[in-house]
Amino acid sequence: MAQKPRSFQEIILALQTYWAGQGCAVLQPYDMEVGAGTFHPATTLRSLGTRPWAAAYVQPSRRPTDGRYGDNPNRLQHYYQFQVLIKPSPPDLQQLYLGSLEAIGIDMGMHDIRFVEDDWESPTLGAWGLGWEVWCDGMEVSQFTYFQQVGGHDCHPVSGELTYGLERLAMYVLGIDHVMDMPFNAPDAPQPLSYGDVFRQTEREYSRWNFDVADTDLLFRHFEEAEAECRRILEEPDTDPKTGREIVMAHPAYDQCIKASHLFNLLDARGVISVTERQAYIGRVRTLAKLCADAFVRTEAGGAAA
Amino acid sequence: MPDLLIELFSEEIPARMQSRAAEDLKKLMTDGLVESGLSYASAAGFATPRRLALTVEGLGERSPDTREERRGPKVGAPDKAIEGFCRGAGVSRDELEERESDKGRFYFAVIEKSGRPAAEIVAEVLEQTIRNFPWPKAMRWGEGSLRWVRPLHSILCILTTEEGAEVVPLEIDGIHAGNTTRGHRFMAPEPFSVGSFEDYEAKLKRAKVLLRAEERQELIWHDATNRAFAAGLDVREDRGLLAEVAGLVEWPVVLMGEIERRFMELPPEVLQTSMKEHQKFLSAGKDGRITHFVTVANIETADEGATILAGNQKVLSARLSDAAFFWENDLRIAKEGMGPWLDSLSHRTFERRLGSEADRVARIEALAKELAPTVGADPELAAQAARVCKADLSSEMVYEFPELQGLMGRYYSEAAGLPPEVAQACEEHYSPLGPSDTVPSAPVSVAVSLADKLDTLSGFWAIDEKPTGSKDPFALRRAALGVIRLVLSNGHRLGLLQTIGSANGEADAEDLLSFFHDRLKVHLRDEGIRHDVIDAVTAMPGNDDLTLLVKRAGALSDFLKTDDGGNLLQGFKRANNILTQAEEKDGVEYSFGADAKFAETAEEKELFTALDTAEPVIDEAMEREDFVAAMGAMAGLRQPIDTFFEAVQVNSDNQILRRNRLNLLSRIRRLCLSVADLTRVEG
Repeated sequence: MAQKPRSFQEIILALQTYWAGQGCAVLQPYDMEVGAGTFHPATTLRSLGTRPWAAAYVQPSRRPTDGRYGDNPNRLQHYYQFQVLIKPSPPDLQQLYLGSLEAIGIDMGMHDIRFVEDDWESPTLGAWGLGWEVWCDGMEVSQFTYFQQVGGHDCHPVSGELTYGLERLAMYVLGIDHVMDMPFNAPDAPQPLSYGDVFRQTEREYSRWNFDVADTDLLFRHFEEAEAECRRILEEPDTDPKTGREIVMAHPAYDQCIKASHLFNLLDARGVISVTERQAYIGRVRTLAKLCADAFVRTEAGGAAA
Repeated sequence: MPDLLIELFSEEIPARMQSRAAEDLKKLMTDGLVESGLSYASAAGFATPRRLALTVEGLGERSPDTREERRGPKVGAPDKAIEGFCRGAGVSRDELEERESDKGRFYFAVIEKSGRPAAEIVAEVLEQTIRNFPWPKAMRWGEGSLRWVRPLHSILCILTTEEGAEVVPLEIDGIHAGNTTRGHRFMAPEPFSVGSFEDYEAKLKRAKVLLRAEERQELIWHDATNRAFAAGLDVREDRGLLAEVAGLVEWPVVLMGEIERRFMELPPEVLQTSMKEHQKFLSAGKDGRITHFVTVANIETADEGATILAGNQKVLSARLSDAAFFWENDLRIAKEGMGPWLDSLSHRTFERRLGSEADRVARIEALAKELAPTVGADPELAAQAARVCKADLSSEMVYEFPELQGLMGRYYSEAAGLPPEVAQACEEHYSPLGPSDTVPSAPVSVAVSLADKLDTLSGFWAIDEKPTGSKDPFALRRAALGVIRLVLSNGHRLGLLQTIGSANGEADAEDLLSFFHDRLKVHLRDEGIRHDVIDAVTAMPGNDDLTLLVKRAGALSDFLKTDDGGNLLQGFKRANNILTQAEEKDGVEYSFGADAKFAETAEEKELFTALDTAEPVIDEAMEREDFVAAMGAMAGLRQPIDTFFEAVQVNSDNQILRRNRLNLLSRIRRLCLSVADLTRVEG
């Protein structure tokens, strides 16, 4: 068993090293605001089509409604997810996953690990899968999903997705009660930094902005613009008139879909979307996600014949 | 006779699906085996989180040989017909036999099938079973196309005889059946082989897997109550939770821990709900308080569960901190009179066309006030209760635990210093929720509960959103049954048509009333009252008064079960048929003027006397709504009516006699119909 980690970053490093050792490409976070690691094109788009894939990465994620001004011991509007996506899902994925827990210092002989039914669905991505939340001594430490459908497309082959809520997992492993007290780097480093040193102030700033200050007219307008741009990109002909090549712009269009989704989350946090409108907005984002998925499967990476 | 053992080993099966799946496996396999000609002595299915298992004892060794003779076309029939027959029977033309019969010479096919060995049939039926298994939700994995509830890893399938065990050759999407399985995921992960069901169950136990769900449940309950008893506590019984927990573990290890004292101020229901919903803990305590939790681990550890218990305790504390935070915030708002919650009701849409929750509460208030005198409640208290009954929907606790709605309303109303009847109504006004749920009897609770349900029903009727077929998204059937049970169990006299009119003038009150009648039929059917009996009473005036309706139906139902009742019904039907035919033929209505002086026979006279006696008794009883007395008096008519029909010919050639007799029958009809519409009763 690995040595017990002492800081937040050691846990991230241990997970990256472990999954790199299992043959995953260790990617970097996507450079856009997303609500969860699933939104990274390395998951959403790469789970589509027939080409094999294996990637692991940290994804900063934003959930504006979860902001608590940095006061709540475990609720944050900005947090980290660690994401693994392997296509096709290997037969020993559960064992591989348990290996990752050992890699961060969880001794399988001393803890109670359980796979508890939890079916995953993302109405905004038009995606669903079956799997579990994984419990360690009664605490949910990961989400484990076999993707069945993404962007309205059946997944063939099926991808296995693992999502770790890093703060919560790390707090458990390190025995920390308040997220802001968690050591970010080594406690004996010349400049020891806690999670709070890094994020307390930004949590406060974003909570105020998310809940009370964000300009909702502007956000509504940006939503419309992202939606329009996404559609416009996909309506362009497949053949690029300048280079004469087939270039389906699935990724640039998908960026606009991600934007629309995040703008919707911000509007939701501002409380300006009514219950009935909510479904309509979610439906609009889902339509974009489906269009992007349709486009991606026509590309080479999406498995179309080159 | 061989025994069959099957195990389908997979990744974790959702707890809620396990017992059904074990039954389905048994049913599909045994049905399939029998259909293929294999009999068996007994069978049983089992499930754990990672496996479905089936044992079948005394299976036939092979299916019997069969021989079937089929007659084909006549000799000399067109070739096409003969070829078609051969194809259908699966024989070649030169195998056909020609035989003489009384209708001529025909071709015959003799189809002989030899029986097949059990292994072959088992393999075939098991493949069918796996491919068509009725999981509520199934999935694919990896590159395969097989569907199972979660990835299927191995199949164990053996036939055991006195000579030993044999693997049934079978392959499904790359999975080859064998004779091995695995034990507990962490405590005994190595594969081992088994030779029979007894061997399988015993080896599993050694490998830290209890195969039987009942055994796991009993063990959990036994250990939990023992531990609680040792600490002077009781475990709160929750069968559903117990079954679920037994479906999450293969080797239950019961651990009990204490809830931190700082959470003792939380209502016990909050503790119990939070522990159950989030962590699937059983609750333990004494004297109505909950002080401890019971968690069930799936592993034995060197420190006897200390680390696991500490971890669970920590997670529980984090969860309860949230709950305590909600409780304190909510109490502050409640003590200040719930203002912000009441305000926020206007921002919550109930239904687009029916307005906000605030609009709805205003309607419920008006209706509750109107209904109050009828149900014996103080109108002002009913109105006050209606105003606050939905306030807790905006509380943080109910946002987190929607199943605590109503109950939190009671706590918060008490904190706000509202009268106890109001607090009680906040909790009870959702009841009854189902056919066996307790029905509130406190007048203020009844007024608000009725108003809430009638507002919902008439509102959705007004916008034409009625339940259709299996679709009832707004649970309107349940609401109607709630109204029915509230009215009946409290014996309230309520004119539904008028009440629906007050609730929403745009609702089609008659149509909604007939919906109530339909629900009432279902409700009374469970109490043994036939639907035609209900039809007979809903056809009577005052049919929107459910209490009256049911009283009448009950009396009629009991009456019809008696000998007199059944025969009187026949007598009435006979009288009514003769009368109706005569009225149709003559084009007049015989409804008046039967005169005893035209009575010829003793039997006829006797009927006059009987009717003269019964009529005032029945009319008076009906006046008092004493249906039992009315029907008792009707029972007295059975004998004279029977003898009348035996002795007297109604359609006499003498027109005066005939008219008089028809008018006499009309008295029977009027009298019977004044009690119930007997024409609608079957039989």
